[in-house]
Amino acid sequence: MAKATPARSGDRLAGVIAACAEDRVIAQMTLADVPLKQFLNEALIPYELDEVTRLIIDEHDAEAFKEISHLTVGDFRNWLLADETDSETLARVRQAITPEMAAAVSKIMRNQDLILVAQKCRVVTRFRNTVGLPKRLSTRLQPNHPTDDMNGIAASILDGLLYGSGDAVIGINPATDNVAQATRLLKMMAAVIEEYEIPTQSCVLTHVTNTLECIENNAPVDLVFQSIGGTEATNSSFGFNLATLQEAQDAALSLKRGTVGNNVMYFETGQGSALSADAHHGLDQQTCEARAYAVARKFNPFLVNTVVGFIGPEYLFDGKEIIRAGLEDHFCAKLLGVPMGCDVCYTNHAEADQNDMDNLLTLLATAGCSFVMGIPGSDDIMLNYQTTSFHDALYARRVLGLGAAPEYEQWLEKMAIMSDARGARLNKHLPAAFSQTLKLTSTKH
Amino acid sequence: MTSNKNNSVIANPWKTLRQFTDARIGLGRSGVSVPTQELLEFQLAHARARDAVHLPLNFDALTNELAKTSEQFSILSSASPIKVHSQAIDRMTYLQRPDLGRKLDEESRLALQGKEETLKPYDLALVVADGLSATAIEKNANEFIQELAVLLSSTNEPWQLAPIVLVEQGRVAIADEIGALLNARATLIMIGERPGLSSPDSLGLYLTWAPEPGLKDDRRNCISNVRKAGLSHRDAAQKTLYLLTEAKRLNVSGVAIKDRSDNTDSIIEKSEGSFLLFSKQ
Repeated sequence: MAKATPARSGDRLAGVIAACAEDRVIAQMTLADVPLKQFLNEALIPYELDEVTRLIIDEHDAEAFKEISHLTVGDFRNWLLADETDSETLARVRQAITPEMAAAVSKIMRNQDLILVAQKCRVVTRFRNTVGLPKRLSTRLQPNHPTDDMNGIAASILDGLLYGSGDAVIGINPATDNVAQATRLLKMMAAVIEEYEIPTQSCVLTHVTNTLECIENNAPVDLVFQSIGGTEATNSSFGFNLATLQEAQDAALSLKRGTVGNNVMYFETGQGSALSADAHHGLDQQTCEARAYAVARKFNPFLVNTVVGFIGPEYLFDGKEIIRAGLEDHFCAKLLGVPMGCDVCYTNHAEADQNDMDNLLTLLATAGCSFVMGIPGSDDIMLNYQTTSFHDALYARRVLGLGAAPEYEQWLEKMAIMSDARGARLNKHLPAAFSQTLKLTSTKH
Repeated sequence: MTSNKNNSVIANPWKTLRQFTDARIGLGRSGVSVPTQELLEFQLAHARARDAVHLPLNFDALTNELAKTSEQFSILSSASPIKVHSQAIDRMTYLQRPDLGRKLDEESRLALQGKEETLKPYDLALVVADGLSATAIEKNANEFIQELAVLLSSTNEPWQLAPIVLVEQGRVAIADEIGALLNARATLIMIGERPGLSSPDSLGLYLTWAPEPGLKDDRRNCISNVRKAGLSHRDAAQKTLYLLTEAKRLNVSGVAIKDRSDNTDSIIEKSEGSFLLFSKQ
C-alpha cells in the first residue's frame, strides 16, 4: 500500500515510500491484483489493538458487499468509472467499502478519475440548511482573530456575510482555548444568527470535552467540533476516543437546535496527523487519513474537511503534493459517504502559492466538494496560514455555475446582499440592515 | 501602481471596520475578484514571508552585533558566540526532515564538547537559531538579548551565562542537546517562527530546565509572537525572567509551570457583545 502511494514527503519521512519510480509502479500493479475481500481478512492495524479497526470491521455491510466482492482493486477502479455505476449504486455500496479499499483504489487512480467518481457521489446533510446538493458549493466563514476580540471577529463575520459566505457554518478557531472563551464566542454567534435570521449554524473549534462542558452549561451549541485521525493512538493523542464522540453527539442532539435536520458533528482531518503523533503503525499517511473517515461517518456529521496544506512541507512538500492529497481526501471521503469539504490551504514554508490554491479550488469545485473555507483576503491572522477567500468562493461559483445552500441563497436575496444569488452577483449598494449597523458603529466609537 | 479609482472597482464602505482587526476585510472587488492593488499587496506580503524562510541568516553580522552587546553587559559571556550546524545540510533538507534539524552535526558536537572540559557549569545557555525565519532573528534577537541582559543583571543571585551559541538550520529541540553539552542548568532558544503573511518577523522563545536530548514539548515553556507589532522585547524579557525564576525554584520546566506573569482571566470576563448586535445593547 505505502509503496504504491504517489510520492510525498511525509511517507519519505516515515521511511515507507517506494525506493524509486519503477518500484512505485510495480507496487501499484501488485496492488491492482489484490482482491477487495483481502482487506476484510487482513487488517493493516490489528483488530485487537485498535478501536478504529474494530469499528471498520464491525460496521462492514456484508450484504451490500456482494455487489463488489468479486472485484480486485484494479477491477474496482474500472467499476467505479463505469457508466452504469451511478449515484444510487455508489450510495448502495457505501457501507460495504472500507477505508483501506478506498485508499487502495485511489492510489491507482489519476486526478481526473478522483474527480469524476467523487462527482458521482452524493452526500447531503442538514442542520439549519442543506449542504451537499448537486451544483452547490458551500463555505465556512472563518472569522478568526489573534486575541478573540469580539469586534474584530464581528468585523470579519460582516465582511463574509456581505460576500455571501457562511452557509456551511460560521466557525471560529479560538485563540484562547477554554470553556469560558468558547461560551462567550458561542453566545455572540448565536445572537448574530438570531438577529439577522441567518439560516446557518455556528461552531467554536475547541476540544470535544470543552464543547461537552459548554452544553452542560446551557451554551447555545449548534455543531460539536473535533479533529480526528485514523488510528486509536492518534485520537488518544488528541485526547478522546469513540465513546467521547458518541457522548458529544448525544448531548448535541438533545439540544434539538437544528431546524431542517439533525447532523450535529463537525470534524477536521488531514494527512500526516498520525505520523506526527507517532501513531501510524507503519502505514502511509493517506491510508491513515482514509481510516479517519470511518470514524467520521459513524457519527453522521454535518461537515467534515481535510485541512490539506496546513500541516507543513515535511508531510506535503509542494503544490503538486497538496493538490493530489486534496483530491484523494475528497474522493475517499465521498466514496465512504462523508460530507467532505476542504480547507484549500498552504503555509509559507511550503513550496506553494495562490496559483496552486486556485488550481485545487477549481478541481475540487468541479469534483462536487461540499464546502471550502472563506476568510478575508485569504489571510488567517490567527493561525498564520493562507486559505481560500470570500472572493475565491464567488469565483468558483461563477465559473462553474454553482450555488450556495438553497436556504442561504434565499436569505442572501432577502437581505439584498445579492440580487441573483445563483449567478453569484453581489449588489453594489450596502444592504439596509447592515448600513444601519455601520452607522451605529461610527457613532459609538 | 494601478489605481483602484476607476469604475471597475467597487469599494466596500465597511473597510472602516479595520479599526477592530488586522484581517484583510473590505478589500473591494472587480466583479467578484480582488482588485489589482490589493492583489499585489498580498503578493508582496507573501514574497516577504517566502524570503524570511529562504534567505540565509547573515551569521557574520549577527556575531558582530552580539559581540558589541556582550561588551555592553557584563552578565553576558565575554567569549565570542559559537557557530554550530544541525544535521540538515541545506534548507530543502531542513524543511522536509525536522528530525535532522533537531540534532547537531558531528563537528559541532565535538566543538561544544571541547568547551565543556575547560569551563565550569553554567546557569543558562542562550541559543539563537535561524528556524523558519531569518528575518525574525535579524530584527529581534540582539534587541531581545539586550532587554534580557538588563533584567538578569538586576536579580539577587546573578545568572552565570554560557557563550551564546548560533545554530544554522536549527529546530527548537537542538537547544536541549546544546545545553547538555555545555553543562548548563537551563537553555533558552530564540528561533524564527513559521512566518505569517502579516508577520514574517515573529520570534519564538523556548525554555528548558535540565536540558538533555530527547525531551518532548511538554518539558518546554514557549513565548511566541515576539516582534515590534506583537509582544515587545521588554515584555518578552519579563516573561522569560518569570519563567526562568519559576523553573529554578521548582527545578523543572514545561507544563508544570503555569504562566501567571500576566492576568489573562480578565479578558474572559468581557461580554459577548459586538457592534453587529448594537440594536440589542
